[in-house]
Amino acid sequence: MVTAGVARIGATTLFLLGEMGRMLIFLLSSFAWLFRPPFRPWQFLKQLHFIGFKSTFVVVLTAAFTGMVLGLQGYYTLRKYGSEAALGAAVALSIIRELGPVLASLMVTARAGSAMTAEIGIMRITEQIDAMDTMAVNPLQYLIAPKLVAGLIGVPLLVAIFDVIGVYGGYLVGVDLLGVSAGSYWSSVESAVEWQDVYGGILKSISFGLIVSWVCCYKGYHTGMSAEGLGKATTEAVVMSSVLILVWDYFLTSVLL
Amino acid sequence: MSNAATIKLVGVEKAFGNQRVLRGIHLTIPAGKLTTIIGPSGEGKSVLLKHMIGLLQPDRGEVWVDEVNIAGLKSRDLNEVRKKFAMLFQGAALFDSLTVFDNVAFPLREKLRLPQPEVAKRVDEKLEQVGLAGMGHKYPAELSGGMKKRAGLARALVMEPEIILFDEPTTGLDPLLAKTIHDLIVTMHRKFGFTAVMVSHEIPGVFAISDWIAMLKEGKIAAMAPSGEFQRIQDPAIREFISVGGPALGQPALPGSG
Repeated sequence: MVTAGVARIGATTLFLLGEMGRMLIFLLSSFAWLFRPPFRPWQFLKQLHFIGFKSTFVVVLTAAFTGMVLGLQGYYTLRKYGSEAALGAAVALSIIRELGPVLASLMVTARAGSAMTAEIGIMRITEQIDAMDTMAVNPLQYLIAPKLVAGLIGVPLLVAIFDVIGVYGGYLVGVDLLGVSAGSYWSSVESAVEWQDVYGGILKSISFGLIVSWVCCYKGYHTGMSAEGLGKATTEAVVMSSVLILVWDYFLTSVLL
Repeated sequence: MSNAATIKLVGVEKAFGNQRVLRGIHLTIPAGKLTTIIGPSGEGKSVLLKHMIGLLQPDRGEVWVDEVNIAGLKSRDLNEVRKKFAMLFQGAALFDSLTVFDNVAFPLREKLRLPQPEVAKRVDEKLEQVGLAGMGHKYPAELSGGMKKRAGLARALVMEPEIILFDEPTTGLDPLLAKTIHDLIVTMHRKFGFTAVMVSHEIPGVFAISDWIAMLKEGKIAAMAPSGEFQRIQDPAIREFISVGGPALGQPALPGSG
């Protein structure tokens, strides 16, 4: 019984190590194909439109309400210490350092990441990826590489939008509804937020963008060959991307601080 | 026929987990001929076909396309060999997000990088040849099963390949439509002279259209012969299999086979 338990742990460990290796090879091969002709800028723009532009509405909505709830919570907490004037700093730092990159990436995972896995998975099941191979068009180059680059560029842009809308959301609640002075809100934002905070947020969002597109493309590309398999792949892609974003956020924050 | 290529499989073995699918395939596909591979379901006919174009790699053995062994070839070199090929998949494998026109134009744009007027000319020509003239603007989801196969055939033909692989091209079609697709394949084969390899269950239909027949059984090629000779093979297992679909030409059905 003990032997069976150890064997199970060993098999799981080997599987996980193998999976990590396959994922890394998938990523490196896709990037290698990116630098070989023919180049397909139109494919990249199409993916940037899908991952970036089409996620704007949901990101703006999330940012607005996140900023507003931070304004609300921050105001009543700071009022206990007579520090309402620091509301702008509290909202802006929370959003720019943490909530902007993390929440925007999670929303992209939910909206665009799951769709990427499903789209690539269906192409795999219906042999469209094999068909591409038979036409001597490399699927990693045509299908995957543009999505990876679009994730790398699209997510930081969305995070930038999230940051601006979020800070304005806090302003709306703090200044317009609860009566904090506009001057003290903006001056506390200006004095508290440093370039390093913005830089750290951008760095995080680039790595989160890569995580989302990498994991979601990989899971779709290697989906099980059935409807059930595709459902499982999509769930795994969303869960794995979300968990990796949160875990990676912790490690990156501990390095950046 | 001068530009048709030959495929030769030598001792090809393939297993998925514990399941040994191909157990030493020795097979030569003659250049410029239409060879059909028949055999019971689940015997690995499609697996065999995918080995010929390098979509699957053998565990052991060699796959020769003309003078190149594609077993274990790097993807860039494999892509060079694949330029000789086209394949019509069971479900046609058309790209959902592209129109029929763009599907057929795909290899011309992506591989040959032809200018748009030339692409349009060649695509329209192929769509007309397969009876889909004027349907280029439709998406695959708007097409019937037969029309999808025709569009897939147009995409396979548009690059004027030396070899075309057909993976059960008539599966899921009614007998009339199946015959139409078969006729279309034969017409195109005669016109362009490519090497054709077809996996099919359409017995006895395939005997009339194929030059050669090979039968896959228990992971090996049980027999291969010109179509006429194949129907006269007396091996009981082969006779039983080919008699089920209806009496073969010039041969009585097995007693009791219906």
